[in-house]
Amino acid sequence: MPISPQLGQDAAAANMADIKPRYTPQEALIEANRCLFCFDAPCIQACPTGIDIPSFIKKIATGNPTGAARTILSANILGASCARVCPTSVLCEGACVVLDREGDPVKIGRLQRYATDHVAERKVSVLKTPAKKTGRRIAIIGGGPAGLGCAAELTQLGHSAVVFEKQPQAGGLNTYGIAYYKMPPQVSLEEVAMIRQLGVEFRCGIEVGKDIAVAQLEKEFDAVFIGIGLAGSPRLGIAGEELPEVMQALDFIAQIHTRPLHEVPVGRRVAVIGGGNTAIDAVTQARRLGAQDAAIVYRRAQADMSAYDFEQELAKRDGARFLFNVVPVEILGSDGHVTGLKLARAEKVGGKLKPVPGTEFVEPFDMILKAIGEQKQAGWLKQMFPALELDARGVVVRDVDTGQTNLPKVFAGGDCANGGREVVNAVAEGKKAARGIHAFLDGHKVSGPVQPSRLGVKDGAPVGSGFDRPIRVPELEKEYFAQVK
Amino acid sequence: MADLSINLAGIKSPNPFWVASGPPANTAYQAHRAFDAGWGGVVWKTIGDPIVNVSSRYSSLNLGTRRMVGFNNIELISDRSPETNFREIAEVKKRWPDHALIASLMVDTRERWHEFVKRSEDAGADGIELNFGCPHGMCERGMGSAVGQQPEVAEKIVGWVMEAAKIPVITKLTPNITDVTFAARAARKAGSNAISLINTINSITQVNLDTFCPEPFVAGLSSHGGYCGPAVKPIALNMVQSCAADPQVRLPISGIGGIASWRDAAEFIALGSTSVQVCTAIMHYGFRIVEDMAEGLSDYLDSKGMKSVNDLIGRAVPTLQKWESLDLHYKRIASIDYEKCIGCNLCYIACEDGAHQAIALVPPNGHGLGPGRVPGKPIPEIKDQECVGCNLCSLVCPVDQCITMVSVDTKREKMSWSDYQRKLAQGEIEPIPAHP
Ligand SMILES: Cc1cc2nc3c(=O)[nH]c(=O)nc-3n(C[C@H](O)[C@H](O)[C@H](O)COP(=O)(O)OP(=O)(O)OC[C@H]3O[C@@H](n4cnc5c(N)ncnc54)[C@H](O)[C@@H]3O)c2cc1C
Ligand SMILES: Cc1cc2nc3c(=O)[nH]c(=O)nc-3n(C[C@H](O)[C@H](O)[C@H](O)COP(=O)(O)O)c2cc1C
Ligand code: SF4
Ligand code: SF4
Ligand code: SF4
Repeated sequence: MPISPQLGQDAAAANMADIKPRYTPQEALIEANRCLFCFDAPCIQACPTGIDIPSFIKKIATGNPTGAARTILSANILGASCARVCPTSVLCEGACVVLDREGDPVKIGRLQRYATDHVAERKVSVLKTPAKKTGRRIAIIGGGPAGLGCAAELTQLGHSAVVFEKQPQAGGLNTYGIAYYKMPPQVSLEEVAMIRQLGVEFRCGIEVGKDIAVAQLEKEFDAVFIGIGLAGSPRLGIAGEELPEVMQALDFIAQIHTRPLHEVPVGRRVAVIGGGNTAIDAVTQARRLGAQDAAIVYRRAQADMSAYDFEQELAKRDGARFLFNVVPVEILGSDGHVTGLKLARAEKVGGKLKPVPGTEFVEPFDMILKAIGEQKQAGWLKQMFPALELDARGVVVRDVDTGQTNLPKVFAGGDCANGGREVVNAVAEGKKAARGIHAFLDGHKVSGPVQPSRLGVKDGAPVGSGFDRPIRVPELEKEYFAQVK
Repeated sequence: MADLSINLAGIKSPNPFWVASGPPANTAYQAHRAFDAGWGGVVWKTIGDPIVNVSSRYSSLNLGTRRMVGFNNIELISDRSPETNFREIAEVKKRWPDHALIASLMVDTRERWHEFVKRSEDAGADGIELNFGCPHGMCERGMGSAVGQQPEVAEKIVGWVMEAAKIPVITKLTPNITDVTFAARAARKAGSNAISLINTINSITQVNLDTFCPEPFVAGLSSHGGYCGPAVKPIALNMVQSCAADPQVRLPISGIGGIASWRDAAEFIALGSTSVQVCTAIMHYGFRIVEDMAEGLSDYLDSKGMKSVNDLIGRAVPTLQKWESLDLHYKRIASIDYEKCIGCNLCYIACEDGAHQAIALVPPNGHGLGPGRVPGKPIPEIKDQECVGCNLCSLVCPVDQCITMVSVDTKREKMSWSDYQRKLAQGEIEPIPAHP
């Protein structure tokens, strides 16, 4: 049977509603008052964009939410979406000292949302662009978080940035890929509108390489930033993969973002193949859109899942099933529609996971979502920038501080350059690349916005790079203990 | 179990906890509720010639999410008639013969004072409190703090009262005066049996930045209000101790100002109060707070092996001395417990910008994950040689017992400023070099 939408309008909307609704002014005030206003706070170090968190929280506490938003957005142009989508428990909130004092950190993300919502709703523009333009023009390939971070920073430095985006709307995965209950696409589109207001030019529906040649960009522009993200999951390479109910998890999620929720077709019994955050997002959204059964099918053990613990918890709470240590061997169908998945136990043979013969079993499903990791863009990159240096994974090699690649005029950042991380890493890398471009074009170094809560830090240590990996992750803590001993 | 009963200048009370003259002591209904809840005494809302109150009359100082850290009012004395008040006092006294019921009075002429003293006694009051403290409204009519601020005038009026009074008289002092002991001495000279302090402090709690009118807002205007609540406790303690320590006062004291818990009460008693009075905390939480106050004080006295409240009265008075007698050779320094430190760096920035630059931020060598769990993040370290022992860091540190102040044996004999001046004059020692 073909699949169809499972829920009516109200039920779908209710299930997909914000899992962390906006604080009321009273809630925000109470939460803001929990912050200790640390000096050179660890939360700042743990934020890849180095937002002056104590300062913005203090501003909320004093009744100055506009100032709070200014502090946030001057460090992170996507402060509004990061407030919703960041895995805060392994970033700023994981570093918050109140976690050590009270066992429960200051809810930095929710406070950040409170402040950014305040200005977004009132259409207050808190950022300025210099009146005097440099006359330099930079082409940004890809309008995702990395491209937006780069374009917004360039504009604030007086340059002209033009974003080329192949989709009808900019925002990248922020617009098309984030779990709906974390952030509906409108938030991302409002951010794009704000960035356009700053003076960034958007050319959407233009695919670089197809609609416009790279050579032309290189001729017309003083520098090029590559922020093309990753591509979809690779093929499974098993029989039945061409059936209509077999889809990329990303495409399923994109439908959720481009159609009314109650018109998104979803199976009654959905299998999601994969063990990362995308798989979790897909299985959770399938459940929330009415799938009676939704299961993660993962070839290794639970402990090996790359999805964050809190994401796994959410999926469990939403009633998702987990099948571990199994690999799909065939997608079964009848009358041209999916009817089930043939699975086999997985075992390591010579370092590779292989199905164990004789252990096959069949689970009934009518929809199969593939989330076995996004692919690198090596093919496109090699074709468009033949001289560009890529690493073994197919990821652009660039200077982490400036984003500059081996081609002096070409800079890169975001998923295509870091191999796939978070929105906040992408926007931070875009911003750094903008400064790298600024230095490259005009020979100027830019310092970040003034951070009152760090004024007087003696060694002038840079922020936002202080600790470039998730924290409070047990394995990393163990590793760190080993180091200090 | 320790004996909580007290006797203040002849006024007996089953415990030292009295409801202060104010809104909670306005009616017989409230007095019954107070005694039912466990209060030992009630000082009736000040009785005088009836006045008219404005509608909006309170405002507060809130800190963060804490409400009413300080409280302010522009209310006057009782707006009920003296007849009603005295009738209700009589009624309450009948039902609560063993509790303390005190009539607070404020009138103008000698004759009126005589009359009101008489009426209080007729109603069966156990004592009288003279309200010389109200900082607003009444003083414009030559009463309240207008009286309390001029020791000669207060002395004269207490004198009038003492001519007529057969029951104990407590003079309630205003804090709106440079040195409260002058007013206390005047009360003593005129024969007052006890003093109570403090009444409220002149204040403006907040200005509305849209209307530019301070609170409480009364049709576009406001007025200086009387300040009380937790924020005034340190000021009240200071004044209570000053009176308790003054050899020219030597009167029993009823301590008032910001009391909300048994701890507050115990501190007032240790600084010389026999009874304590509470107004704002009741306005905030109701009469029920007395249950913990009584239980807490009783347990505390037991834990100290004290048989009664009397054993505690004034215990901390002698340890407060003039600055000249403090030991210049005593030294303490800050010490950080890294097991407790959470890495907020508040101690660092406080000492760096606000004190003596005696804290360094150093690598977290060996201190586990380091504060804030951000590997490699520096931790604060006290520079023992630079630390003057001012206490600031231990006060800002948000973790209990994380920074403690540790006494250091300087191996030097006690030397106070007075000793120092004498020794200098006698050429026994060289001047102590100025701090670099
Ligand atoms: C399902 C899913 C859920 C996620 N959830 C979270 C989350 O909850 N929180 C979080 O922090 N991160 C999350 N991430 C990761 C996050 O979305 C990415 O790290 C981030 O979007 C990377 O930004 P980017 O700009 O590098 O790439 P993208 O967001 O992928 O943007 C790249 C853009 O480039 C465009 N483009 C590509 N090629 C061309 C071309 N040739 N011409 C023009 N335009 C082109 C694309 O259309 C796209 O708009 C999630 C990722 C996925 C896949
Ligand atoms: C609203 C209000 C009205 C008061 N009215 C009187 C009064 O009529 N007579 C009086 O002697 N003191 C009056 N006071 C002062 C209190 O008795 C008390 O001295 C002061 O509030 C300090 O104690 P607290 O901090 O426990 O409130 C009043 C206080 C308040 C808040
Ligand atoms: S670490 Fe926590 S308490 Fe300290 S500034 Fe950051 S949010 Fe506030
Ligand atoms: S006690 Fe004072 S001088 Fe010493 S470290 Fe603390 S703040 Fe600095
Ligand atoms: S104030 Fe206390 S908790 Fe904060 S860094 Fe200093 S010692 Fe540690």
